[in-house]
Amino acid sequence: MGVKAGWDDHKMEAFIGNLLRGGVILAATTVLAGAILYLARHGHERISYAAYRGEPLEYKTVAGVLRNVAALRGRGIIQLGLLILIATPVARVLFSIFGFVRERDRLYAVVASIVLVILLYSLIFS
Amino acid sequence: MNVLEFSLVLCAGSMIAGFLGALTGLGGGVVLVPMLTLLLGVDIRYAIGASLVSVIATSSGAAAAYVREGISNIRIGMFLEVATTIGALVGATLATHVSGAAIAVVFGVVLIVSAFLSRKPRSQAERESPPDALATRLRLNGSFPENGGTREYNVQHVPVGWGLMFVAGGLSGLLGIGSGAMKVLAMDRAMKIPFKVSTTTSNFMIGVTAAASAGIYFARGYIDPGLSMPVMLGVLAGSLLGSRVLVKAETKWLRLVFSVVIAALGIEMLYKGLAGKL
Repeated sequence: MGVKAGWDDHKMEAFIGNLLRGGVILAATTVLAGAILYLARHGHERISYAAYRGEPLEYKTVAGVLRNVAALRGRGIIQLGLLILIATPVARVLFSIFGFVRERDRLYAVVASIVLVILLYSLIFS
Repeated sequence: MNVLEFSLVLCAGSMIAGFLGALTGLGGGVVLVPMLTLLLGVDIRYAIGASLVSVIATSSGAAAAYVREGISNIRIGMFLEVATTIGALVGATLATHVSGAAIAVVFGVVLIVSAFLSRKPRSQAERESPPDALATRLRLNGSFPENGGTREYNVQHVPVGWGLMFVAGGLSGLLGIGSGAMKVLAMDRAMKIPFKVSTTTSNFMIGVTAAASAGIYFARGYIDPGLSMPVMLGVLAGSLLGSRVLVKAETKWLRLVFSVVIAALGIEMLYKGLAGKL
């Protein structure tokens, strides 16, 4: 444990904590920017979510979201922020593998890899 | 209501959801789904999409603090995530073959019973139980800051805990929400992990479970930007506040809040199961 230049559980905790905080700040800033645009343009419209319509294609595919971001549409930017938010826990699992490898904790590097594989499997195949 | 008013109301409600979610390790769905569907008349599919967003926001927002404070146990979280993610996959596969309503009723009863059980603090003997061989080999035992000092703990009954986590994952795959409650109960009741470590580690884990299904819901078009925006921002603010409170709070108050919230969740599940609203 902790053989490599003081990389130990505390470093690992600080690293994971900062990673989560960074992901959340990035996602929240993006959503907030989109929110300002969206509310400035559509704030006074009436809305109802009582009937389910399903999102149009432009808000449920990554390519569609990116096109709307490029066009500076508020809702597209919000959706990008939500995608960053969804990616944050996945990134946490990915970077934990590197952390455990640096800590020479082979067992947990394997455990984290298994979690990542299952996670990617359910993200891709469903 | 116009868009601005709707967003402000929802943002305020989501702050409460995020606050309670971060304090109890349950995520914000317990408060958010009934608020959206019953009070604001939102379609259940949009509500589930927004609830998933809220779980990831609570989890990542509060976990950043809990992990840095050394309260969440990363190894316990990672080890048990294997069980919850496999369970979630199995649950999602079974969802088309079994009655969601019947499971919701059973789960509801389990939660109401657990609400009473989880009030009971652990005895001194249980707190000082010797290290378990398997938990030691898996390096699950740990310590966390308490009352200005550090408290060590030894994790017990690893196989039972792992099995319950598998069930917790299965339930989230089957019912969409409620997996945080089973996670806390499995760690607190079965594995004898200190309550604060249990709730914060559950909080650390639920983001991964939710992210796994968020992809599907995003592709199906359940995640609406106009609805999710106030939810995400409100929940995040609430969870940051909740994580500050938890660090200093006494365990007996946390247990009380937790038991009230899971009793409410139990009633919600019973209602859904019996009224066939699943």
